[in-house]
Amino acid sequence: MTSDKNIGRPVPRKEGRAKVTGAAAYVDDLRLPDMLYGVTVRSPAPRGRITGVTFGEGIPWDEFTVVAARDIPGANYVALILNDQPYLAETFVNHAEEPVLLLAHPDKYLLEEARRAVRIEVEPVPGVFRLEDSLARTEVVWGEDNVFKTFLVEKGNVDGVWDSAGVVVVEGEYTTGAQEQLYIETNGVIAEASAATGVVVRGSMQCPYYVHKALVKLFDLPEDKIRVIQTETGGGFGGKEEYPSLLAGHAALLAWKSGRPVKMVYDRAEDMLATTKRHPSRTRHRTAVTRDGRLVAMDIDFVVDGGAYATLSSVVLSRGTIHAAGPYHCPNVRIRSRAVATNVPPHGAFRGFGAPQSIFALERQLDRVAAAVGLEPDELRRRNFIKKGETTATGQVIREDVDLGALLDRAFELTDYHAKRERFARENAGARTKRGIGFASFMHGAGFTGSGEKYLQSIVGCEATAEGRIKVLAASTEIGQGTKTVFAQIASDALGIDYETVEVVQPDTADVPNSGPTVASRTCMIVGKLVESAALQIRETLKGAGLLGDAYTTEEFARACAAYVERHGALKTFTQYTQPEGVEWDDERYRGDAYGAYAWAVYVAEVSVDTLTYEARVEDFVAVQEVGRVIHPVLAAGQIEGGVAQGIGWALYENVVWRDGRMANGQMTNYIMPTSADLPPIRVHFFENPYEGGPGGAKGIGELPMDGPAPAILNAVEHATGLRLDHVPLTPEALMDALEPEAVGA
Amino acid sequence: MRAYLPSYELVVPRTLDEALALLRDGPGVWRPFAGGTDLMVLLEAGKLEHRKFFSIRHLSELRGVGESDGRVRIGALTTYTGVRRSDLLARHFPLLGLAARETGGIAIQNRGTVGGNIANASPAADTPPALLVYGAEVELVSASGARRVPYSEFHTGYKRTVMRADELIAAVHLPRPGEGARHYYRKVGTRRAQAISKVCFAALAEAVGDALGEVRIALGSVAPVVLRCPRTEAVLKGRRVDGELLRAASEELAREITPIDDLRSTARYRTRVARNLLGEFLSGLSGRGV
Repeated sequence: MTSDKNIGRPVPRKEGRAKVTGAAAYVDDLRLPDMLYGVTVRSPAPRGRITGVTFGEGIPWDEFTVVAARDIPGANYVALILNDQPYLAETFVNHAEEPVLLLAHPDKYLLEEARRAVRIEVEPVPGVFRLEDSLARTEVVWGEDNVFKTFLVEKGNVDGVWDSAGVVVVEGEYTTGAQEQLYIETNGVIAEASAATGVVVRGSMQCPYYVHKALVKLFDLPEDKIRVIQTETGGGFGGKEEYPSLLAGHAALLAWKSGRPVKMVYDRAEDMLATTKRHPSRTRHRTAVTRDGRLVAMDIDFVVDGGAYATLSSVVLSRGTIHAAGPYHCPNVRIRSRAVATNVPPHGAFRGFGAPQSIFALERQLDRVAAAVGLEPDELRRRNFIKKGETTATGQVIREDVDLGALLDRAFELTDYHAKRERFARENAGARTKRGIGFASFMHGAGFTGSGEKYLQSIVGCEATAEGRIKVLAASTEIGQGTKTVFAQIASDALGIDYETVEVVQPDTADVPNSGPTVASRTCMIVGKLVESAALQIRETLKGAGLLGDAYTTEEFARACAAYVERHGALKTFTQYTQPEGVEWDDERYRGDAYGAYAWAVYVAEVSVDTLTYEARVEDFVAVQEVGRVIHPVLAAGQIEGGVAQGIGWALYENVVWRDGRMANGQMTNYIMPTSADLPPIRVHFFENPYEGGPGGAKGIGELPMDGPAPAILNAVEHATGLRLDHVPLTPEALMDALEPEAVGA
Repeated sequence: MRAYLPSYELVVPRTLDEALALLRDGPGVWRPFAGGTDLMVLLEAGKLEHRKFFSIRHLSELRGVGESDGRVRIGALTTYTGVRRSDLLARHFPLLGLAARETGGIAIQNRGTVGGNIANASPAADTPPALLVYGAEVELVSASGARRVPYSEFHTGYKRTVMRADELIAAVHLPRPGEGARHYYRKVGTRRAQAISKVCFAALAEAVGDALGEVRIALGSVAPVVLRCPRTEAVLKGRRVDGELLRAASEELAREITPIDDLRSTARYRTRVARNLLGEFLSGLSGRGV
């Protein structure tokens, strides 16, 4: 008796009351008996040999627990992909802020005094700090050639087309800066550890089983001796995907040595300076197009700056590579991509995961291509939008009904695009405030790339209690996006029972199976589908036992659960991911079905440019997208609004100022994220086209809204000013240099 | 919180006289703590080097906005919120309210004070340019008496002032500008709210017939101190606003300011925007009969 009582409706958030009333306990609200506080002593230099450590005077050092690399019981690396990042540098540092020593003490104020009193001496070795220098190998700072990973995607043959008659060739280069995630709650954990009991870590995180895997290696302990519990988490945006594995290890090392629980919570400054950011990027495009605007070939070179260690850069590069050719049909495509090393703190996961970077480049490039063949930007795209039955750059055949033209029509209707396009162009001459309107069309694949989900083999459990309640057992974390609510909607509708009857268990590796990381827009679509299956198995079991008929009330369902539990002791079901039939992916050649499903979107930005202050401001924003079925309209719209705001920040405000490999503006005073006063109305519209592989028809949504704002905004700025600006963030200073070239040097 | 709190002291003198006695008995040993909006930022970052403070927040002598003999007295402890809510200030000194509204967020405006803003001596402060164009005087008190200093002479260099170590700022005094004077203020920050200024421009102009009379211009974030610009003012005084005057004044302004590149902006940007804002101010005057 599957129902649709809850899916598609704005049911109350499961954790909403606790958050709103302040009852929700974040890690810094927790205190364990005899707990110490821990801090990290970091490298003062971006690259070099550690020659000494001095413990200053005036500190009662005998009261402190001090951990160095030699204290590590297992392997000194953060187990992830390449295992190249140490928990603590031993002889050599590869980036400023690299952890060298850990200190713990009961007095957290004295601890700061002690941290200031430690001097790490580093004999400097030249490093590289810019992507271009890494590519040019001015110094080799990682491996043999500074390259973490390369990909090559080939479709058709791009080499033959450039000199063909009737083909126009357009080239462009596009760059993007780093971006800080700025979750409200900074990174933090509490660890307990001993040889007898193993390691228990509680903390703010997206991926409990990533932390679990890393701690197993760090302590060389069996899996059942490591327990990771997610506490209420105040945002992640990718910033708590891999970093908590490092921080949890640090706290656990201090706990291991001291024999007491240790809490480590970063303040904002440390979180900004030391933890991961969005990868800076450079993309070069060479596009061949017929004079009537049909794409003939796209040759794309995509590079991301991974920072000092490999971390997740190869995976970020993968997603960026696959999205680089966008939602267009083009017979000949070549995408070459590289992730390279520099001596800055490792860049990492951030909403969009490489796709915003390559989509920014493509959507700027296509406006330029349109101009080159005398077409309006929308007309060029209409002539090339991918349709059902056509193939993406990786050769994936689109099997769903996709109608980007309809999304474009709706977005233009909502913004009065054509009239504004014409009116602004007419009124801008001589105007002190110039206005522009631009858009971007794009897609975002949900779930792990290629065979990733197959390898993950995620598991979700469902348990019926004697009281007739349903517990969902999954490692997917609630990080502000609504995991618990959405899972409860899916499970309750699968079972045809009340939403209130379903509880989603707090992720604790002792209680929940490994349903994979909370990343890649996979929680609702991939894990949610497993929740649906596990719930359905409960119903089938009850029916099979003769306890449930075809039609029942929530109360009858509860009685059936109670009867089953009484008879058999427990009722638990588990479902494991299996790849849908017909999905093929070739990891070697990077060809095939890159993602199970894509969300499709057209975003329109209207901007003003003040020619006295060179400030570009987004005046209006419309986000139209097709995301399968919308599970929770308020949460879904919230995801889009938040992502657009973050995208506006990346496009116009958030500028990481680097000095010698160190973030120089690691405070919210000087790292400028937009306030509500800087943001336009964000109008969100969904097209629904249920996807059969997703629960209730849902596709992934979390990352999508990060992709569109930057190119839409810079396209609008070009419309307003006539300037081709191809770097984000576009600061007023950069806009001035472009708008008033005579002021340069003045 | 990176500061080691046990190393700090905060005492609370009962009266202004007690506070001044503290300063007299050990000049430089004790420093005042008013709203704390600048000091707490340093404390949190573990960068507050001075250790001994005395609170002045409760001292009623340093509070209040009033008027006597045609001059308005703003007590040093007047908060930005107090400035925003004062009808007297809104009527005669509209730029102060505009500046106060642009300073920090509501919580900062509730605690931050006019006197603290002056004493902190940041060249990027939002209210001081307005005080400069209004010809403010700073009233300083100490155990040995009181004195008044023209605000234009108060700041002597980056974070340096004419205050002695035994003095407190008691108030600022402002002469009322003439009726019909034109007031201009624009802060260009890094964003629309909660921003530190990249350029802050305040100006006041009086008309004599169809020419400019007295003109006062002051800027923030373009020099080591908040800067009054007498040379640019001199170019403008007595002249009629036209394109040629605009160019001459703009060039003089570019020579008079000495902005730098820093985390927030560039010298080039600050110079260019300062000139653009001067243009906006002067164009606004010419359009309306001055």
